[in-house]
Amino acid sequence: MKKLLRLLEENSRLSVEELALLCEKDKGDIAEMIKQYEKDGTILGYTALVDWDKTDLEYVSALIELKVVPQRDRGFDKVAEKISNYPEVKSVYLMSGGFDLALIIEGKTMKEVAFFVARKLAALEDVTSTATHFVLRKFKDKGVVFGQVPKDERGHGM
Amino acid sequence: MDYSKLLSENVQSLKPSGIRKFFDILDEMDDVVSLTVGQPDFVTPWHIREAGIESLEKGKTYYTSNSGLMELREEIAKYLERRFGLRYDPAHEIISTIGGSEAIDLAIRALVDPGDEVIVTSPCFVCYEPDVVMAGGVPVTLNTREEDNFKLTPEALKAVITPRTKLLVLPFPNNPTGAIMTREELEGIAAVLRDTNIAVLSDEIYAELTYGRKHVSIASIDGMRERTVVVNGFSKAYAMTGWRMGYLAAPRELCEQMLKLHQFQIMCSPTVGQYAAIEALRNGDDDIDYMKGEYNRRRVRIVKGLREMGLECFEPEGAFYVFPNIGGFGMTSDEFCERLLYDKHVAIVPGNAFGECGEGFARISYAYSVDHINVALEKMAEFIESIK
Repeated sequence: MKKLLRLLEENSRLSVEELALLCEKDKGDIAEMIKQYEKDGTILGYTALVDWDKTDLEYVSALIELKVVPQRDRGFDKVAEKISNYPEVKSVYLMSGGFDLALIIEGKTMKEVAFFVARKLAALEDVTSTATHFVLRKFKDKGVVFGQVPKDERGHGM
Repeated sequence: MDYSKLLSENVQSLKPSGIRKFFDILDEMDDVVSLTVGQPDFVTPWHIREAGIESLEKGKTYYTSNSGLMELREEIAKYLERRFGLRYDPAHEIISTIGGSEAIDLAIRALVDPGDEVIVTSPCFVCYEPDVVMAGGVPVTLNTREEDNFKLTPEALKAVITPRTKLLVLPFPNNPTGAIMTREELEGIAAVLRDTNIAVLSDEIYAELTYGRKHVSIASIDGMRERTVVVNGFSKAYAMTGWRMGYLAAPRELCEQMLKLHQFQIMCSPTVGQYAAIEALRNGDDDIDYMKGEYNRRRVRIVKGLREMGLECFEPEGAFYVFPNIGGFGMTSDEFCERLLYDKHVAIVPGNAFGECGEGFARISYAYSVDHINVALEKMAEFIESIK
């Protein structure tokens, strides 16, 4: 059910009770549906959205454009799967347009990310070119606007 | 200067809103977890704000016609029919107002002559009685009761009707109780009114916020449209309180008179708000559903929380308030709420601020995030434990 998935995508900490209410469904049905989604891989995990800039940890992320040579029969799958194995690589997308694969990479420093691209990715046999774009600031991610938690400035009304 | 002689006796006789006194204390304190606010915590959906901005960019900064842009009135007419099965002629039966508040005042002033009695269903929003007094009318308070789920009953209505009764104020879904009136219950009220010459001011500003069943307007019941002024607006349904956009719908004979008052007093509602309102009516149904779902989630959470801490709490079916019974602790509503505020820094509004029959109750708003509500409930539970 689309609504259930939407709600969970927005806030995976909603309880089964709350989800049942929001979907106007029975609690038992909701629990069963979630179990099914987890089993068939529709729901793959539950994560927190972290603004790393708020922490004192070193953090940098980058979008990498890759051009690759497609393989006979398997197209881009093989190289995409291979790249997906690196824990530094957070996302891998096959793209339309001027390049083939887009990756999101996270690391501690720009240097670390740059070296990873140069040494690991560019060195892959099927990769013909890379372009690295560092993220300078996140304004919005996964539907959430980053920044200060807004203050409640509402007047009392009546 | 002797201001007491200078100022209108009528105005001086008005008591400031009972809630204000409480809010003044609250404003002096830091770190209060408040559940007092009577407006949505959502921001007006972006597409609606954008429509307002666009109207400014295009230089739409003029007055509109007194009753509002025809385009807006047409959308209001469509909306009222789509959502509540009401039919009004946009050319003569709809006026765009400054919030629901102006619409309420227009209806009362257009109908009430000095000495006329206006039945005000209580507890209720604080403006009806002062508006009646300012029109020279006599407010007749009709108290609803917890055992009736704070609904207006035909018997209670019959008992207060006199030959001077001009108007019934019917505020459902209700602020502060969260009570609603079903079609069957409204049929009962209609039966009492049908052969009278009494008008109805139906304040339906919370019409979109009902949980479990749809709002029914008394104007949709046989014989009621001709006597009813339907008051509604954008504040609660679309989280647009600050825009001050409301409207009324009523038979042409009533609208013509109310429009004169509106003309002389207001001219027209803000043009930027009118354009935003058009967008809300055209493309805002999904926003209503989303916000309503969120409110419902909080409603269930808060009712459960209050009951778990041992407070009797009638099931509110509308608006975004719960109205628990706090009478069992040997304290007045004022004392209870003040002690809760001083001891635990949680603010809720004493029920008597909404009429005498609200004594023994408190209004709790759930127009807050679930996390905020959870913190407040935890502190309230500690408080209840400490006064048991």
